[in-house]
Amino acid sequence: MEFFRIKKDIPFMRYALIFNVISVITFLIAVASLATKGLNFGVDFTGGTVMEVSYKQAPDVNKIREAIAKLGFTDAAVQSFGTARDVLIRLPVKQGFTGAQLSEQVMNELRKDDAAVEMRRVEFVGPQVGTELFENGALALLFVSLGIVAYLALRFEWKFGVAAIIANLHDVVIILGFFSIFQWEFSLTVLAAVLAILGYSVNESVVVFDRIRENFRKMRKATVTTVIDNAITRTMSRTIITHGCTQLMVTSMLIFGGETLHYFALALTIGILFGIYSSVLVASPIVMWLRVSREDLVKPEKKTDVGAVI
Amino acid sequence: MNRYPLWRYLLIGFALVTSVLYTLPNFFGEVPAVQISPLKVTARVDAAVMETVEKTLAANSIPLDGMFTDPNSIKVRFRDTDSQLKAKDVLDQALNPDRDSPSFILALNLISDSPRWFSAINALPMYLGLDLRGGIHFLLQVDLPSALNKRLDGQVGFIRNALREKKLSYASIARETQTIVIKFRDADAREKAQREIERIAPDLALKTLEGPGEFRITGALTPQAQTETQKSAIEQNITTLRNRVNELGVAEPIIQQQGSDRIVVQLPGVQDTARAKDILGRTASLEIRMVEAHASDPQGRDYDPTKIEAAIKGNVPFGTELFYERRGAAAEPLLISKQVIITGERLTKAAPTFDQRDQRPVVAIELDGQGARIMRDVTRDAIKRRMAVLLIEKGKPEVITAPVIQDQLGGSFQITGSKTPREANDLALLLRAGALAAPMDIIEERTVGPSLGAENIKIGFHSTWIGFTLIAVFMIAYYHMFGVISIVALAINVLFLVALLSMLQATLTLPGMAGIALTVGMAIDANVLIIERIREELRNGNTPQAAIHAGYDRAWGTIIDSNITTLIAGAMLFLLGSGPVKGFAVVLCLGILTSIFSAVTVSRGIVNLYYGSRRRLESISIGQVWKAGAEKHQQDTKR
Repeated sequence: MEFFRIKKDIPFMRYALIFNVISVITFLIAVASLATKGLNFGVDFTGGTVMEVSYKQAPDVNKIREAIAKLGFTDAAVQSFGTARDVLIRLPVKQGFTGAQLSEQVMNELRKDDAAVEMRRVEFVGPQVGTELFENGALALLFVSLGIVAYLALRFEWKFGVAAIIANLHDVVIILGFFSIFQWEFSLTVLAAVLAILGYSVNESVVVFDRIRENFRKMRKATVTTVIDNAITRTMSRTIITHGCTQLMVTSMLIFGGETLHYFALALTIGILFGIYSSVLVASPIVMWLRVSREDLVKPEKKTDVGAVI
Repeated sequence: MNRYPLWRYLLIGFALVTSVLYTLPNFFGEVPAVQISPLKVTARVDAAVMETVEKTLAANSIPLDGMFTDPNSIKVRFRDTDSQLKAKDVLDQALNPDRDSPSFILALNLISDSPRWFSAINALPMYLGLDLRGGIHFLLQVDLPSALNKRLDGQVGFIRNALREKKLSYASIARETQTIVIKFRDADAREKAQREIERIAPDLALKTLEGPGEFRITGALTPQAQTETQKSAIEQNITTLRNRVNELGVAEPIIQQQGSDRIVVQLPGVQDTARAKDILGRTASLEIRMVEAHASDPQGRDYDPTKIEAAIKGNVPFGTELFYERRGAAAEPLLISKQVIITGERLTKAAPTFDQRDQRPVVAIELDGQGARIMRDVTRDAIKRRMAVLLIEKGKPEVITAPVIQDQLGGSFQITGSKTPREANDLALLLRAGALAAPMDIIEERTVGPSLGAENIKIGFHSTWIGFTLIAVFMIAYYHMFGVISIVALAINVLFLVALLSMLQATLTLPGMAGIALTVGMAIDANVLIIERIREELRNGNTPQAAIHAGYDRAWGTIIDSNITTLIAGAMLFLLGSGPVKGFAVVLCLGILTSIFSAVTVSRGIVNLYYGSRRRLESISIGQVWKAGAEKHQQDTKR
C-alpha cells in the first residue's frame, strides 16, 4: 500500500495567498466570536460549584431546580449529563455560601425528594482560585509560545520561529473560536489540550523546516519556491500518516472517553486538523514572504558536506 | 553497518527487565490490610508495636500475610477480608487499652498483592489520583495576616507589662495594622523605654519617630520573626489538621503545604464529606489549671495521698476533678481544680529549644499580655505547686503535662523536664495542637465518588486500548514488518512509561491517562518519520542496508526537534498547572522522553537484530515503495 504516489512536486507556494486568505478569514471569524460571545468558562476559571448526582430513576429536572431555588439559587443550571439518570448542577459563586457547606445543603434538599440520590462528584472552586487558574493558564500559553519561538530561532533562524508561532497561535485562536461559537465548556483540561496541541503541531512546521534546510543544501540551483514545494511534497506522506494515527487515538478518546474527556478530545481533534493545515500551508508561505534565503541556513564555509543533516 | 555493539543490546535489555519489574505490581490487584498509624503525637509505630501486633495476631490465631513499615505507619496484610476485620478489632483492643483516648488509629486499607520482594525494591503500583480512586480534595487558605496580628497583640501586652513593671512612663501603646506604636511624652522616657524593649522583645524591629510634640517608637516584626511566625502558624495548622484527619481513619491522607499560605488535604476513599468537613473545622482547646493534690512527691506542695486515694474511690472534693497524667506506661492520678487559669488562646508561642544554662531540652512558652498578667498573679503565691495543662478535644480533657512551678512566671517561661529534644518537640506540638494558629477557609473542593472513580479508570483504559489497536492495525497493514517493529516499540514505550510512573509514584489522574493515550498517538510520529525516510532512500535507489542506516540517522535530528517543542509545552503545564492537569503534564513529559528512546534506540535494536546481520539483504518488508515512472516497484517480499 502506498497512499501518496506523487510524480512531481505539488506547487503549493503558487496557492500560498489562497491558503493564507482562508486562514485569515477563519481566524477573523474566531476572533469575532470570541469578542462577542466570549468563552463559556468552566467552574475552574469562574469559580462556583459543580455537582454531579446520580439517581436510580430518571429524575424530574424541574423538581431539582425548585429544590435548589429553595436555597436561594434561582440561577442554578441543572441539566442531565451523559445518561438521563445523571444530573449536573452548576451553582455560581454566591456571597455567604462557602462551597463546602453548599454541596451538603443541596444534597440535603435533594434527599428530601428522593432518598436514593447519590453524589458522584463535587467541584467547588473559590473565585480567588479561579482567577489564579486563569492567570496561570494565560501565563502558560505565553511561556510556551516564547519557549517555542526561542527554540526554533536557536535551531533554525528567527524567520522560522516567527512563522511557526504565527501559524500555531492562529490554531489556538481557532480552537478557542470553536469553543466560543458552540459555547462548549472551556475547562482546565481543555486548556491543557490546547497547550499540548500547540507543542505538537509545531512539530509539523519543524519537520517541514528541517526539509527546507536540507533542500537548500542539496538543491543548489533551485529557487526558494521550488525548495519549499519539494519539502512539503516529500513530507506530506509522513504528515498525513502521523496525524492520522494520532487522530485514531484521539477519536477513540472522543467516542469512548466519556464526558470528562469529551471536550479534551474535541480540542485535540480541532487542533490536529488545523495544525496540519496551518503549520504546513500557512507557516511555509510566511517563511517565504519573510524572504528566507539559502544564506540564512547554509553557512558558506560548510559547502562540502552535501546532504548531511545535523 | 546496521549492527549494535553488545552494550547497546544490554542497555535495552536492562531497561526492559527493569520496566517489566516495576510495571508488574500494577497487575497484582489488591488485598485487604490493616493500617496502624499513631494518633497521638507522642505515639510511635516502632519495633515494640510490631511485636505487639505479631503476638496479638498469633494469640488470636489470625494468619497474617505480611507486615510492611514506613516512617508513619505499619501495614498488616491479610488473605481475606474476614481476618482483616477480625484483626482490626483485636489489634485495636491490644494497642489502645484505654478506650477513651486511643494512641493509635487503625484503618482498613487495600494494598498491592505483589510478592514481598517487590516492595523491597520499591516496586509499587501507580499512585492513583482522587479522580480515579474517589475521595475528597480540599484546598485551604490560611489567614496568615491574622496569625501575625495575634503575635503582635501578644507583644503589645508583653511590652506594656514590662514597661509598667520597670516604672517606665509612656503615653499609649497600641497595634496599628502590622506595627506597634508606642507614644511617649518626652525623649528621655522614650530612650529608656527603647532600651528595655530592645532587651525584652528581640523579635521587633524598632524605629523612633519625631512628631510635633510627640515622641514615638514603632515596632514591626523583623522579617525573620515574620517568616518564623508564619511558618509555625502553617505548621501548627497542619499538625492540628493531621490529628483531626487521623480520627477519620483514612488510610493514606495527604496533608501538605502548598505555596506560602495554603494547605492541601486529600482524603482518598472518604465518602462522608459532611463528617470530614465537620471534623476538619472543629476546634480543640487548651486549659491551664492548678493541681490541688498529688501523690507522687512527698516533698512537693499539695502532697496528699489520702485525698487522692479517696478521689480514686469516688470521693472527689468539690471544685476539683480527678485526672491521670500519662507518663510513658504509668499514669499519675491528679486532683485538678475546675477553675481555669488561662486558655490556649492566650498562648502565642510554644517551641522546643534548649535551656540556656544547662542545655537541656525545654519548651519555650510565650503568653499574650493578659495571659502574662494572670500568670504572674497566680504564680506569685504558687511557687513549688503544680500546674496542669489540659487538652480538650471532643469534650474530653486530657492532661498533657503537669510541671512544678519553680518561680513566679510571666509572659515568657519554659517547661523543663523533657528528657530528649524529641520529647520537647512533641510537647510543644501538643501545646499548639489545641487550636488553629490562624483561621482557614476552604477555597477549593473536589470530591469524586468511588463509582465514578472506577468508571474513570475503565474509560481511560478502554479508550487507550482501542486507540492502540487501531493504530497497530493500520501500521502493520501499511508498513508490514516495519509496522510490526514500530508497534512493538510503541508497546515497549507504554511499558517504559507505566514503569516510570510507578517508579516515581507520580499521581495518575484521568487527564494523565489521556496523556498516556496521547503520547502513544504522538510517539508513532517518530516511527513514521523513520520508516518514511527509509522508503525514500529506497526510492532513490539505495540498498536496503544503506537505506535503513540513513533513515535512522537522518530522522534523528527531526525527532529531537519536533519533540522538544512538545516538551516545552509539557514543562510549562507542569509548572503552572494544578491537580489533574499537572498529572497530564507529567505523563506528557515522561512520555516524550520514553518515546524518543523507544522509537530510536529500541526499534533500531530490533531492526538491527532482524536485518542487520544479513550480509546480502535484497529487500525489506516495509510495505509498497512506489517509484514514479517505474512500474516494477515491489520491493516488498512476502516472507
